[in-house]
Amino acid sequence: MIPAAFEYHRPKDMAGVLSILEEHGDDARVMAGGHSLIPMMKLRMADVPHLIDLQDVGGMSDIEIDADTIRIGAMVTQHDIIDNEALAQAAPILREAALQIADPQVRYMGTVGGNVANGDPGNDMPGLMQCLDATFTVVGPDGERDIAAREFYEAAYMTARGDEEVLTAVTIPVPMGGYAYEKQKRKIGDYATAAAAVQIVKDGGSCVSASIAMTNLSDTPIYSEAAGDALVGTSLDDAAIKAAVAAMLDDIDPTEDNRGPVAFKKHVAGVILRRAIERAWSRA
Amino acid sequence: MKDEVTSREERIENLKGMGCSRKRVEDARFTQGKGNYVDDIKLDGMLFGDFVRSPYAHAKIVNIDTSAALEVPGVLAVLTAKDLEPLGLHWMPTLAGDRQMVLADGKVLFQGQEVAFVVAVDRYAAADGIEAVEVEYEELEVLVDPFKAMKSDVVLRPDTVAEDGSPAAGAHGPRKHHNHIFTWEAGDKGPTFETIDNAEVVAEETMYYHRTHPCPLETCGCVASMDKVNGKLTLWGTFQAPHAIRTVVSLISGIEEHNIRVISPDIGGGFGNKVGAYPGYVCSVVASIVTGKPVKWIEDRMDNLMTTAFARDYHMTGRVSATREGKITGLHCHVTADHGGFDACADPTKFPAGFMNICTGSYDIPTAFLQVDGVYTNKAPGGVSYRCSFRVTEAVYFIERMIEVLAIELNMDAAELRRINFIKKEQFPYKAALGWEYDSGDYHTAWDKALKTVDYEGLRAEQAQRVEDFKAGKTRSLMGIGLSFFTEIVGAGPVKNCDILGLGMFDSCEIRIHPTGSAIARLGTISQGQGHATTFAQILASEIGLPADSITIEEGDTDTAPYGLGTYGSRSTPVAGAATAMAGRKIRAKAQMIAAYLLEVHDNDVEFDVDRFVVKGAPEKFKTMKEIAFAAYNQAIPGIEPGLEAVSYYDPPNMTYPFGAYICVMDIDVDTGLPEIRRFYALDDCGTRINPMIIEGQVHGGLTEALAVALGQEIAYDDMGNVKTGTLMDFFLPTAWEVPNYETDYTVTPSPHHPIGAKGVGESPHVGGVPCFSNAIQDAFRPFGNRHTNMPHDHWRIWKTANELGLHD
Repeated sequence: MIPAAFEYHRPKDMAGVLSILEEHGDDARVMAGGHSLIPMMKLRMADVPHLIDLQDVGGMSDIEIDADTIRIGAMVTQHDIIDNEALAQAAPILREAALQIADPQVRYMGTVGGNVANGDPGNDMPGLMQCLDATFTVVGPDGERDIAAREFYEAAYMTARGDEEVLTAVTIPVPMGGYAYEKQKRKIGDYATAAAAVQIVKDGGSCVSASIAMTNLSDTPIYSEAAGDALVGTSLDDAAIKAAVAAMLDDIDPTEDNRGPVAFKKHVAGVILRRAIERAWSRA
Repeated sequence: MKDEVTSREERIENLKGMGCSRKRVEDARFTQGKGNYVDDIKLDGMLFGDFVRSPYAHAKIVNIDTSAALEVPGVLAVLTAKDLEPLGLHWMPTLAGDRQMVLADGKVLFQGQEVAFVVAVDRYAAADGIEAVEVEYEELEVLVDPFKAMKSDVVLRPDTVAEDGSPAAGAHGPRKHHNHIFTWEAGDKGPTFETIDNAEVVAEETMYYHRTHPCPLETCGCVASMDKVNGKLTLWGTFQAPHAIRTVVSLISGIEEHNIRVISPDIGGGFGNKVGAYPGYVCSVVASIVTGKPVKWIEDRMDNLMTTAFARDYHMTGRVSATREGKITGLHCHVTADHGGFDACADPTKFPAGFMNICTGSYDIPTAFLQVDGVYTNKAPGGVSYRCSFRVTEAVYFIERMIEVLAIELNMDAAELRRINFIKKEQFPYKAALGWEYDSGDYHTAWDKALKTVDYEGLRAEQAQRVEDFKAGKTRSLMGIGLSFFTEIVGAGPVKNCDILGLGMFDSCEIRIHPTGSAIARLGTISQGQGHATTFAQILASEIGLPADSITIEEGDTDTAPYGLGTYGSRSTPVAGAATAMAGRKIRAKAQMIAAYLLEVHDNDVEFDVDRFVVKGAPEKFKTMKEIAFAAYNQAIPGIEPGLEAVSYYDPPNMTYPFGAYICVMDIDVDTGLPEIRRFYALDDCGTRINPMIIEGQVHGGLTEALAVALGQEIAYDDMGNVKTGTLMDFFLPTAWEVPNYETDYTVTPSPHHPIGAKGVGESPHVGGVPCFSNAIQDAFRPFGNRHTNMPHDHWRIWKTANELGLHD
């Protein structure tokens, strides 16, 4: 569990980061909390000749909340998410989800930016950000650009971010209505067997909008538009929830691992989504 | 004098002797990060060694090219089997009478096997060196299933085939097949089969006790330092049996035993994982001899999980017969034991399946027969006793499952079935059908207390209601009541029965009283977290009347400690604890003579009273042990040598048989497979209780490891022999979140043959806990037709049980 030798860089600003990325291309990786990348390096599964630590760059650790949007800097930790009262008021699903990630020690180090940028299908924040229709801001040699979370993930560890770009912030429209982040895992610190992020708006007893995303049930997070659509216009009766679950099951593609075979994962995904929908509805 | 105004009760309290919850003296350093573990040892010029390990489970080694590795900066040497062969060290003896490759000799037999040993200036250079060693493998057919291995033409171990091509005899008799290791039998086959064949009721079941791993917090490691000037080898390591390691190192290296000093420093948990000898020890010693410098080897977590000493892996088939009223008449057990590539089980020599023949459990079973077949496969070697005496966890799981299955067969309550069959108090000492003589027990009292405490009848009523609610669609949760009554067999052991590699399993204690009335005691055991420095001082305090706080306990240095066989199988209290009490009594006997002299009376006219000798009938005339200690050194006493020291080597007349009654109440989410432990009640009877607080801590720890094993902890292999659970992401180690609240309770039935009546407790909760957790899960599904499902009961397997019973339709 000892990584191959690497060069450690600790630039003071983003210009410094970008110039190292430009110089070394594929051979360089940025690191925020390091809780995904360093284990991969120790297993010698990730070969990173140039490691760029973002700790000293600054300007990426703020949580800004206004009437319509929430902007979370890439270096904001999971602990910061849990600890921020205003954020818990504006988007309580974030705290509910962050509390289900790993354990307190990891949450002090692990960042939102790292969690969403790494493209690990086991991470919880990508699905959550798809549910919330977040936008990721990346900066590269050609300046800044925004990528929708729902367009960001291509395959396991493959994202729309270019090798020479750095993810700097996540912007979320202030969520409306009821919420739930439901996760089944084998133990504290585990990735999800299945997890569901649900945000529902209710008006006069019927659902006017619903957003649903699933975690660790495909090689990317799955935003299931069809599952959300199945709820809209209904009073969330049993038939509607069944339709949403069925739509979600059509969108996911789990694989067998030590958590269990595909049939089990699909069954649990359905149960978890139903519970998430019911909890979100009760809060809507 | 202060003493005169102190009451007897206060004097007892001041000793902090047996029965008091004395705080652990070890914790001051452990909680401050001041422990001294093997990886804390840093010597001048120390090198670091680490292994090139096989990625394949079964492969021929075509070639090993070390040239590129030797070019890596900081790499000094790369050892292979070819380098060890001239020294006769490319293979080493195992504790089970087999041999094990130190470094791959022509082939590898399991994934992670040691292929080459890279020695470098630090562990970073060693890691780079490992990557640069080029090994050419030729893959061979992999056997991970012992039943297939017993039929396969593939020869795993060429040394199992005789010159004429037939299977050669092994260490424990003839082989049935070249991949077969031994057959071991206990009991009477004929009468047992006859009883079962003619019985009114027979329950049969096949169960697999999966492979798992003790996974101590600290992995295995050592530092070897050969001083070429004085010819002395010092070996620090995570050894549960330092003296045995010294003897083994001497026998295989040819270095005389007085020139070897083995030191076990603080050890971060053992649970059986640190009993055996590993290639890392041998390679470190050789590397130190070759380089003339100290060499450290420390496993990382993956090395530990994948290669050093697994536990269990028993395929068990049982038949139990009974009358219609539920009285058990016979028991038959057959085990196919998967030992991996080498038989490295840590069992007493005459017991290749450990004490599996305790599998009649706590029950009066008139006739029984056990047969165990050991088999080689392409898995890591081991077969250690993970927090239990030798294979007792397997035995107790087997009988506690068979009882449940028989209860189903009889349509009887499983608690009542146990009660009907318990060995009765008046039957002790009880001679069991498979040969053991149980020393003492009062099972009915313990069982009744347990059932009453949890309101067993009420729980069953609640469970019945839950089943109705479930069937009516009102809930998706089922309730399970797990029962377990266990009898352990610990304290190996009588030397006439028990040796390891010919070393008799006695243990020892040596005491020196200092002139000012404090003392040091050294033992042949070694704590790995059990708190010996606390509890052995308590035994001595009560025996010799000096405060526990004035007694230092020292273990683990073979240059200073008396010879002993170490700590595992709950043997420290039964064996070394007895030696401590006996040595203490020798001290007391001499102290009595000194006191009598000082008090100017006959020896028989003084008697021991807490912390002093008093003149019989005149308690105001006394000499405290402190005064006696001073006199022993500083006063010329006719006919008595100066000094106050004693040593005792204790060979126990029998094992001890702790027992207990455990009950678990669990709710199970049928749709997700999530179990939630609502209540866990553990009653332990470990005989005389030395330190109730430490007992409670041991019970909590053992139960938590039981929970782990029952609910998910396994070493799983795929068909290619790849380890699927090589990290703590997949290998289940419970955290505070997963652990329920435990209620502990006790009865006290002292051992009649142990000097202080103590039986040992460290492993009981694991032995009793595993079947209790498992039975709770199985019991929840009993109303729907479940008889038995195999552990580990992780979410998907529980879900699978529900699914197969049609509960998701």
